[in-house]
Amino acid sequence: MYQYDNIDQAVVDARVAEYRDQLERRLSGALDEDHFRPLRLKNGLYLQMHAYMLRVAIPYGTLSGQQMRMLGHVARRYDRGYGHFTTRQNIQYNWIRLHESADLLAELATVEMHAIQTSGNCIRNISSDQYAGAAVDEVEDPRPWAELLRQWSSFHPEFSYLPRKFKIAVIASDTDRAAMKLHDIGLQIVQRDGETGFRVYVGGGMGRTPIVAPVIREFLPAGDFLSYCEAILRVYNRYGRRDNIYKARIKILVHDLGAAEFARQVEEEHAHVKTLGLDAPEAEIARIRDFFAPPAFQTGLSDTLDRSDPDFALWPDFALWPDFALWVDRQVVAHKVPGYRIVNISLKPVGQIPGDASADQMDVLADLAERYSFDEIRVTHAQNLVLPHVRAADLKAVWEALNAAGLADANLDLATDIIACPGMDYCTLANARSIPVAQQLARLLAPRESELGELKIKVSGCINGCGHHHAGHIGILGVDRKGNENYQLLLGGSGAEDTSLAQILGPGFDEAGIVGAVERVTTAYLSLRADGERFLDTYRRLGAAPFKAAVYGAAVNGEAAHG
Amino acid sequence: MVKLLTGNELLRGDVLWWDGKGWSLSIADAVALEPAEGASILEREAAGERISDLALIDAEVVGGRFRPVKIRERIRGFGPTVRPDLAVAEQDWR
Repeated sequence: MYQYDNIDQAVVDARVAEYRDQLERRLSGALDEDHFRPLRLKNGLYLQMHAYMLRVAIPYGTLSGQQMRMLGHVARRYDRGYGHFTTRQNIQYNWIRLHESADLLAELATVEMHAIQTSGNCIRNISSDQYAGAAVDEVEDPRPWAELLRQWSSFHPEFSYLPRKFKIAVIASDTDRAAMKLHDIGLQIVQRDGETGFRVYVGGGMGRTPIVAPVIREFLPAGDFLSYCEAILRVYNRYGRRDNIYKARIKILVHDLGAAEFARQVEEEHAHVKTLGLDAPEAEIARIRDFFAPPAFQTGLSDTLDRSDPDFALWPDFALWPDFALWVDRQVVAHKVPGYRIVNISLKPVGQIPGDASADQMDVLADLAERYSFDEIRVTHAQNLVLPHVRAADLKAVWEALNAAGLADANLDLATDIIACPGMDYCTLANARSIPVAQQLARLLAPRESELGELKIKVSGCINGCGHHHAGHIGILGVDRKGNENYQLLLGGSGAEDTSLAQILGPGFDEAGIVGAVERVTTAYLSLRADGERFLDTYRRLGAAPFKAAVYGAAVNGEAAHG
Repeated sequence: MVKLLTGNELLRGDVLWWDGKGWSLSIADAVALEPAEGASILEREAAGERISDLALIDAEVVGGRFRPVKIRERIRGFGPTVRPDLAVAEQDWR
């Protein structure tokens, strides 16, 4: 993992001191709210429905045990005992007290964490693949490049007041676990003739105007990495719409210009930027890479999960531990090093709040990371967690600890593994509640989740789409309809390598109606699917018509559709 | 339909309700205000800079209790529907 150098630490400490002064002036009355609001927002502190909310950055979703333990401490000391992991691989606390916020940030800084650039029209937290450094299929670990972007984008003076917020993802596999094409910039590490470079996607996004990012450069040499990103941002900063907040994201600019013309302008700008010496020297890239060197994996371990193998003599009989066996089948995936596995930890217990974890659970996760995963934890954009480097022989012990902490649900990518934004239970922007819908759906679909197979349901409480509804196999968007919560049903989205945008099926529903509608969609899928087809495959093969018939043909009193 | 004055307290962000003399954490203590009176109090309190997001909201009287017209305000008044243990009032937000 990357560790701060003196400059990193000094920058974060200075920001805490600066914020502490701003806060004291606000509390004394020297600063009014209009002047203080943008200052607190620059430190990730929002005023939400019931209290202040703090969004803490987790760069590319990577945490150490010490950092996770600090997050638990923050939950316990400064909040109400829990935190909420978000779809940007960050964490939010919902009950922060303003007068304690500087102390909180100071504590975070002691473990190299902060809330800088988690709000505002700047470059936000860089996201990446939660399996980075462990994935079987990656070209290389993408995190050194994400870290380079973090350093480049932190307090970048030219990009602190962009037309709108800006989100970047870096991955290194053909399998997209980061919804890369739905970012303002998506960077995929690829190799060509033995040379490492990047396929560059620009102008993707969800929200009000969902767009899948087009490729603007098939192969960007690694030596041009920063200067090319700088060129993209410069073109956007110069021509992005500042007159209309709804048209201010880069996706609108790319769409309006066309990808080819946008790329031409970027290339033209890059020809100039390249001369400025912005690209990191090889020595700096090597310095960063060293932080992400593979941990000291044991060699010679057997890679089988066969209990008869002598290396697994301590393994239990799977037949006697069906819950463990199910968890291994669903939550554990292959690792690039023989004898190791990637462990996915569900934050989606059926009926609970997606993405929430208690302070005690965070402590358990910190302990497990330190003991079993080379001190690393990852946060996923699907609001789950990952222990990236677990010895296969330790899986049982890890499962037992997770199970004791209420963290051993086995539902990765199944119908109960639902993404949900905080919605109107917490968020001032929301038009409808998301969490209760997710909870009801999870309870309803849990008995059938094995039968349904991979099914990604994503719920947003407003058009901003923090719940990624446009990327859901089944997406749900909460809207306001004449003062009432109303839910649109969308089908066919994907945030994976087969990225597609979910389409609205028809008129919306009330809260009970949307749950019934999803039930009818899933029932229709089971009757329509061909062998081996996921829900998404069946939808793509047959289109919306049979699902529309299933949903709206069955509308009944009390859940009548509303246009 | 009546008007209630609400806002968020500076230090904790708590949702507050104007009770006729000051601020209360409970919507049960709120008092109905005439629009002009409410606007006057709002302006005065805004100038004090200790209450954020001040607003005069519409409410009905249901069963002898105030019930904000908008769902958002009901959830503000009663707490997150998904965490009844963190709610500030036992009233049914619906």
